[in-house]
This record gives sequence, C-alpha cells and structure tokens, in this order.
Amino acid sequence: MRAGRHSFVARSRPFAAVVIAGLIAVACTPGGSTPEASPPPPPSRTGITETEPITLTIWDQECCRVSKVWDQLNAEFEAEYPNVTIERVNRDFGELKTLLRLAIAGPRGPDVVEVNQGWPDMGQLVKAGLLLPLDNYAESYGWTERVSENVLAVSRWTPDGEQFGTGNLYGYTTFGEIIGVYYNARMLDDLALTLPTTFDEFEQALESAKQAGEVPIQFGNLDAFPGIHEYVVIQDRMASVDYVTDLVFGLQGNDLSFDTPENLQAATTLQEWAEKGYFTPGFGGGGYDDAVAQFAGGEGLFMITGNWIVENLGPDSREFGFFVMPPMQAGDPQVSTGGAGFPLSIAAGTEHPDAAAAYIDWMTNDHAADLLLPTGQIPLSIGATVPVQDGTVLADVVDAAGAVSDANGMVPYLDWATPTFYDTTTASIQELMALRITPQELVQEIEADYSGFQSSRA
Amino acid sequence: MDAEPAVASRAVAVGSRRKPKAERLPGEARRIGYLYVAPAFILYAAFNLFPLGQGINLSFYDWDGITPGTWVGLDNYVEFFTEPAIREGYAHVLQLMVFYSFLPIVLGLFLAALLSRIRIRGLTFFRVLLFLPLVITDVVTSVAWIWIYDVDGPLATAMDAVGLGALVPSAGWLGDFNTALPAVGVFGLWGQFGFCLILFLAGVMKIPASLYEAARVDGANAVREFFAVTLPGLRYELQVVLVLTVIGTLGTFDEIYVMTGGGPGTSTSVPAYQIWSRLFRTGEVGSAAALGLVLMLIVFAVTFAINRLMERGAER
Repeated sequence: MRAGRHSFVARSRPFAAVVIAGLIAVACTPGGSTPEASPPPPPSRTGITETEPITLTIWDQECCRVSKVWDQLNAEFEAEYPNVTIERVNRDFGELKTLLRLAIAGPRGPDVVEVNQGWPDMGQLVKAGLLLPLDNYAESYGWTERVSENVLAVSRWTPDGEQFGTGNLYGYTTFGEIIGVYYNARMLDDLALTLPTTFDEFEQALESAKQAGEVPIQFGNLDAFPGIHEYVVIQDRMASVDYVTDLVFGLQGNDLSFDTPENLQAATTLQEWAEKGYFTPGFGGGGYDDAVAQFAGGEGLFMITGNWIVENLGPDSREFGFFVMPPMQAGDPQVSTGGAGFPLSIAAGTEHPDAAAAYIDWMTNDHAADLLLPTGQIPLSIGATVPVQDGTVLADVVDAAGAVSDANGMVPYLDWATPTFYDTTTASIQELMALRITPQELVQEIEADYSGFQSSRA
Repeated sequence: MDAEPAVASRAVAVGSRRKPKAERLPGEARRIGYLYVAPAFILYAAFNLFPLGQGINLSFYDWDGITPGTWVGLDNYVEFFTEPAIREGYAHVLQLMVFYSFLPIVLGLFLAALLSRIRIRGLTFFRVLLFLPLVITDVVTSVAWIWIYDVDGPLATAMDAVGLGALVPSAGWLGDFNTALPAVGVFGLWGQFGFCLILFLAGVMKIPASLYEAARVDGANAVREFFAVTLPGLRYELQVVLVLTVIGTLGTFDEIYVMTGGGPGTSTSVPAYQIWSRLFRTGEVGSAAALGLVLMLIVFAVTFAINRLMERGAER
C-alpha cells in the first residue's frame, strides 16, 4: 500500500515538474511592452530617396477591376523608380484583417498596408505601436490640403490609441465611399413615379412598387453585412451627424447611449418595411452578390448599398441611377454613411518609410484617381476634375458624394464603434428583420455592446 | 528525486543490505526508461503541454492579441456563466447532438440489426456509399449542401414538384431562423450515419452465429433477439461511437463556418465557432483561451461519464 503510493508519487513527480516548469515558462503577460511608434522625420525630398535596390511589400484587399488598376499603378511605380520592387500581397477583407495582426510585427510583414478604420482594426494597431504616424509626410506631400479634414479624421488617433478621430494621422486615402439608393430608371417610369425628394415620398414609392407587384428593395442578407446598410440609411435621417460621429469615435465615452428615440424609430421603420414586404422575399437566405446581380438584371425598383456596385451596373449605364436617401423635409442637407475608403498605412517595422510614403502618394494621386474612377472609386481630392458623363449612374454617385461632402453630411460607419460592433449589429438587424426581436430589444442589445466597450476604455 | 534510489537508500538506512544489481526484479522501473520515452515526450511537451500552459496563462488576461494584456483573474471564466451568448452556443450544440449522435446511432443499430438477419447483394457497394461522406472533407460537402438547401436548390425544387412547395422556407433552410440549426443537423446526420453503421456492421459480424441460433431455439422474436444478442454484442462499438460522435459534436466548426457563419442572427452559433470568432475576428484572445479550456474540460468530463456509464452497464 505504502510502497504503491510512493511509487505513484515518484512516477508522476517528473511529469508534474515538467508541466509546472512549462507553466512558469509561459506565465508572463502576453503582448510584451509596446512603445508608441515615433514619427519618422520629414523626408529630405519627396519621391524615392533611396538609391540602392529596395523591395516594398504591399498588402491590400482590392478585388476585381480595382485590383487590375492597382497592378497597373504598381508597374508604373516600378518603371518610375527602377530600384524599387513591389511585392504585392492581395487578400480578401476578412483574411487581411486576421493575418495582419499576426504578421505586421514580423520580419516578413508588409511595409504598406490597407487598414480598416475604427476601433477593431486601426485603433488596436496604433495602440500596439505598429503603425507609423504620417504627419510629417502629410506635410511634405501636401496631403492635408488635398482632402478635407473629415476624410483625415477617420484615420486619426492619439499615439496611445485611446482617442479616435483626433491626434496623429495613421492612414491616408483620397478615395471615398458612400451608401445610398440605386434605382431602376425604367421601372420608375413604368410605375409613373418621380425621384423622391423626401423620406415620405420614398416610402410611398416603396408602397407603389409593392402594389404593382414589383420588388421594392432588392436585398439579400445571408452575408449579414448588407443589413447594416439598410439600417444606417434610415438612421441617418433620424439621428444627427454629430451624434453618430461622436458615438462611433467614442468621444463622449459612456455618456452617449445607443438606446435613443431616434435609433429606436429607425429600427421600427426598418422592421415595418420588412413586415410590409418591401424587401426581396426570402431575403434572409439571399447572398449579397446574387442580389446585386438580380438588381443589375432588372429585378427590384431600389437597392440600398454602396458606390462599389457601380462597376457591376456598368459605370456608363443610364438604366440605373443613384441618390442619397432623401431627408425628412425637402431641402434639408444631404446626409449619408460614407467618407474615406480604406486608407493606406505604413507599418512601424518598415526599413523604408520614405519609400513607403512615396508609394502612398503614388496610389492616391490624380492619375490613380483617373484610372480608378470607372470602378466606382470616388475621388475626394479637393478641386479634382472628374471626367464623368452626365446622366450615368457613375455621375450620380459622384454628384451625391460631392453634395453630402459639401454639406458635411458624411457619417462614419457604425461598425467601427467597438471591436464587436459588427457582429452585434449584423446579428441584431437579422433578428429584427425576421421579426424575432422588437425594435426596443435591438437598441438594447446594441447598447449593451456599446456601453460594455466604453466602460472597458474608462 | 526519483523512484528507485529512494527505495534503495531506505534499504541502506534500515540494514545496509544493498540489493545486488542482478537481483533487480524483472519489469521493475529503471531510469533508462525515461530516455526511451524522452523523444516522444519532448514532442508532446513542445506541441501539447507548452501550448496548453500558454492557453491557461492567456485565459487569465484580457488581451487583444497585439497590445500588452491586462491580468483579469477569473473574469474570462465568469463570463462563461454570465454571458447568454455562450449558453446559447451550448444549447445549440446539445440540439445538434440529437442529429450528430443520437439519430445516427439509433438508425445505425436498426440497420445493422436488419442486415444481420438478411443477406444483401452488393453489401460492400452500399458500405462504400455510406462511408463516402466521411472520406470527403467537410468543407467540400458543406458547400454542396448550401446549394441543396438554397431556396432555388434541388431540395426545394423536388418539394415543389410533389406539391410540398408550401413547406419550403422563403429564405431557404439555411436562411430561416427556425430551420437553420436542424438543417445543419441533417447534414451531420448524413455524415455520421455511415460511420456508425460501418462500425456496427463490423461488430455484428463478430457476434458468434451460435448465439443467434440459441436465441432462435429459445423462441426469441426479432425484437428479443436484438436486445438479448445484438445490442450486448455491440457494447464496445456503441461506446466508441458514442464517445467519438459526442466529442465531434462539441467541436463542430467546419460546417458552421462554411454554411451559416453562426447565422442567421446567432441561431447556429456553437462554442467552437465562438472561440474562433473571439480569437481571430474580435481580438478577445484571453476570452477565447478560457472558452477553449472550458470546452476541453467539458469534453473530458463527457468522455469520462460515457465510459463510466457504459462500463457500469456492462457490469450489471
């Protein structure tokens, strides 16, 4: 008995020792210490200053026609600076987001990378000191004069990553996005409707289309993200630009709540539309790409989404048009979710910050804008001459973005607000539109996420 | 420090009667044994114990994966009990167990019993057919099943053709809050059923024919024969199948990731998917580690419980 116990203890002792040693070996704070990234000095001149051969690794998430334009711009950059080799790593949005965290600090990570704005992505990278402040480059290249401050603000952070929308510049782009309403021009005529100028008129148009047996709003929400677009175009009518901006930037911490009468009203309206059958039947099971294809094929009077489907509809198409969701009162300022597209950032670990800055300038100059325009990328540079043909869907999109920008009506994306906001809002909106939760429950669920994050910041 | 000298030194203290080396009993532990185990143990430690230790350590931190973490003690574990989303994930996995474990076993037993009584031509062919889902990777079959479940897919078309079109959910099976989870379940049933049947068939073949003959001589009908001969004869197969399918269900991830992404809403969210999402999408590494460890403990507990129950059942 005693011998038995003895031998058991003896036998397991080395094992236990190894396990405990292993535990002690790893029992330290993960992440290590991360100094704030210090801004590189202003370059002696713009363009590539290095003379020896260098390689720039670029990570981006562009696809389709935009991606082809990037290839062209990269080739032209290499031709302009023969000592530079561009190593392009192209990933999809989700993949880039996942892998960037793991790779950016490593030796094979990117020099320049497209980073999503907001708390979940750029905010955490800034906090970890993994992105370079670009302010000196912005000065040298005149970036701050090229685009308005609200385009830059969404890439601004305090160096500790604690404040969003203010502080250093960590990313730069001259391209914009806008969420709005596409319409099928022929169907609008057939239904004897004119373009709505108020939110009420828009709702009446939905009802007319429904009565006529057409799909009022082409929509597929299997991919979950399109639901956010449907919600924000309504929310932007009801809640103020300042409120949503402050909410997303988290400027007032826990003093702001998502549980407001305006957000509730927006949720109620969205649910009513779903109840009245204003969306594609069975939208819960329809994919986003299928919905775009069906709308392009003539099914549906309206489709609520972003500028990027211009290339699917054909930029020169006159069969489709685009407008910003009309305001409650005719003549009120145009407001919409949108603003800066994905900005380019420089990884703090790069050995060639000056060359990286020259590359960012290259990808955002007027030549790049000209090449990217037909893909639906809206140039935001001040005073840009935009060669579009009047009456095309592309012209509509560009005009709408200009009108919203002029009215200071660009609202930042809702899902930048907290690290988990995308999941929370998409899931809640799916449930709301399937009539499984009430509008009140929706705003409460989202508020729980929001206040949880704001408390953790405090 | 180690076993053998400890015993020996006591022997010395008691009476200085040191055992000659030659008298070592056969099979007695020798230190050289550790050397033999070392290569395997080093690999095991490097790829299992060390990450496990790291995981345990991480689970006490609030860490986003890049910035320095903050020590939060047991907060991540408290979350397991307080967050409704996590409970919901486990509720879903329990429902999936009906499809992934219970139904395949019941159907498998039934068919195995049937096949033990009748000879079927081309049994090998059917066995291959039933086993095929297990050979093809889940990701591939999941993509095929997305198409099957689509509102314009073959299933809906077939139901329309026989006048059952009204039963097709307007968003397809995977887009409907009420049908998405059972739809994933049926996919699992399709995959697991073949596995259960193959194991049971092999088990049935090893039951001596004399037992069946004896049962028949005693006048047992098919049902009595099943409970008196087939089921007890399949006890070990049942135990293996139960443990494997239950563990498999607890770790369900591939088909959720491919087919539904946890949606619509959160109606198909399961623990393994939540862990992945926290780790890679929302940067809640500490919480993901804690949930992973809890899932591991649950798997241990369930396995232990099943084995215990089955063994106790065998003793009776």
